[in-house]
Amino acid sequence: MPRVVFTSHLTRHVDAPLEHSVDGPDGSTVRGALDAVFARHPVLRGYVVDEQGALRKHVAVFVDAEPIHDRRSLSDAVAGGAEIYVMQALSGGSVA
Amino acid sequence: MSTLHLGTRKGLFTLERRGAVYSIAHVDFLGDPVSMLVHDPSTGALYAGLDLVHFGAKLRRRDRGASEWTECASPEFPKDDEAKAMKTFWALEPDGRGGLWAGTIPGGLFHSKDRGATWVLNRALWDHPDRKKWMGGGADEPGIHSVCVHPQNPDDVLIAVSCGGAWRTLDGGKTWASAADGMYAEFMPPERRNEPAIQDPHRVSQCSADPNVLWCQHHNGMFRSTNRGGHWEELVGVGPSKFGFGVVAHPTDPKTAWFVPGVKDACRVPVDAKLVVTRTRDGGKTGEVLTKGLPQSHAYDIVYRHALDLTADGRTLAFGSTTGNAFVSADGGDSWSRVDAQLPPVYCVRFSG
Repeated sequence: MPRVVFTSHLTRHVDAPLEHSVDGPDGSTVRGALDAVFARHPVLRGYVVDEQGALRKHVAVFVDAEPIHDRRSLSDAVAGGAEIYVMQALSGGSVA
Repeated sequence: MSTLHLGTRKGLFTLERRGAVYSIAHVDFLGDPVSMLVHDPSTGALYAGLDLVHFGAKLRRRDRGASEWTECASPEFPKDDEAKAMKTFWALEPDGRGGLWAGTIPGGLFHSKDRGATWVLNRALWDHPDRKKWMGGGADEPGIHSVCVHPQNPDDVLIAVSCGGAWRTLDGGKTWASAADGMYAEFMPPERRNEPAIQDPHRVSQCSADPNVLWCQHHNGMFRSTNRGGHWEELVGVGPSKFGFGVVAHPTDPKTAWFVPGVKDACRVPVDAKLVVTRTRDGGKTGEVLTKGLPQSHAYDIVYRHALDLTADGRTLAFGSTTGNAFVSADGGDSWSRVDAQLPPVYCVRFSG
C-alpha cells in the first residue's frame, strides 16, 4: 500500500489532505497512485500535472527518495510499501 | 473610480484613494505572481490570473461584496499532436454577455460562459492555418494579450498576438480574418517584413466610443487604425522613441491615446533614463512628452503591456513598472504622483469602481 505525500506548500492554495494511502493495483505505478489520489481530491490534479498529464516543470516526484525517470507518462514502478513524495522543485525558485 | 489593482510578481496590491492620494489598502496572494486582472462591471466580479511558478496558471474570482476568492477552472489545451499546456493568463476581458474571454500563453483564445467555471478553446482560431506561423514574443511561445470586444456588438472581437499579428471576428469567433495590414516587422528578413501573421503588436487598445479606432504599441512602432484593424498607419511624429509595451486609448476622444516608450528592444530602459509618458491628442500626428512628477534621472523603469490603465472618464491614469514603482495622474497625464511603496515588478494595472 504506497503512501503519497504532497508538499506542505500546497496548503496555501488548496484545501485537501496532504497524505494518502493508495490500495490495490492502482498503486503499482506513479501514474496509478497519483490518479487514485486525484480521483478522491480532483483539485490537486492541476497543481501537480498539466492537462497533457505530464508532471509540471517545477514539481519533483520522488519514490523512496529517488527522483522518478518518466516525468511525462509517470510510468515508474512503485512497490507495495513505497513512499511517493510530491515536492516543490527548487528549479522554480529563481523566478520569484 | 477610487480603487486601483496592481498585479505584481509577488501578489495583488489593492489601493484606495484618500483625497488625491492612492495607498495600499490590502494585499492578496502575497508571494504569488499575478499575471492578469480584470474587473467585470456587469457582474461586479474581479478576476485574477495567477502564474504559480510550480503549480501552474490558476484563475481566482472575487464576487461583488465578497471577501473570499473562489477558484475557477484553468483553460486546457487539446490532447493532440502539439500537446500544448496552459502556461499564463495574458488577457482577460468581459465578453459583453456576463462571460469572459481569456488569451493565453501559448497562443490560445478561450471563452467561458459561466464566469470561469468552464472554458472552451476557440477552435476556429486555433485551427486557422496561419496560427502555426505565430512565434514567441516576450515569452518562449506566442501569446494572446489583447482582446477588444466591440461595446455595442459582442460578436465583433479583435485580438492581438505576440507574435502573430491581429485578428478580427464578426460572428462571435466562428471565423477570423487577419487585421494587421500596414504593420511591419524589423525583426524579420526583408521578404517577410510585411507578413501579417508574424507581426508583434505588443498591445492594442480601442476607443470605447468609436471602436473603429484602435491604437497599437508594436515591437517597432506605434500604429493607429481608423477602420478596426482593416489597415494600420504608423505614428511617425510621436516620440521620444517607437519601442514600448503599453498603450491606452481615450474612452471617448478617438484622437487621444497614451504610451510609455522605452529605448528599443535591445535596450529596454527609458530614453536617457528619463521616465516619460507620451500622449497624442491629434490622432497620432504629434506627441506630447509628459514628465511632471516622473523621475527624470537614472530611471530604469519599463512598463509592461498590461501595466497602464485609465478610468472610464479618461481623466485618471495609472501605471506600474518593472522596478516596482507605480504612478497615478488625475489630470490626463499632465502631472503624476508616485505611489508610496516599493512594490515587486508590476505586471498588470486595473481600475475598478
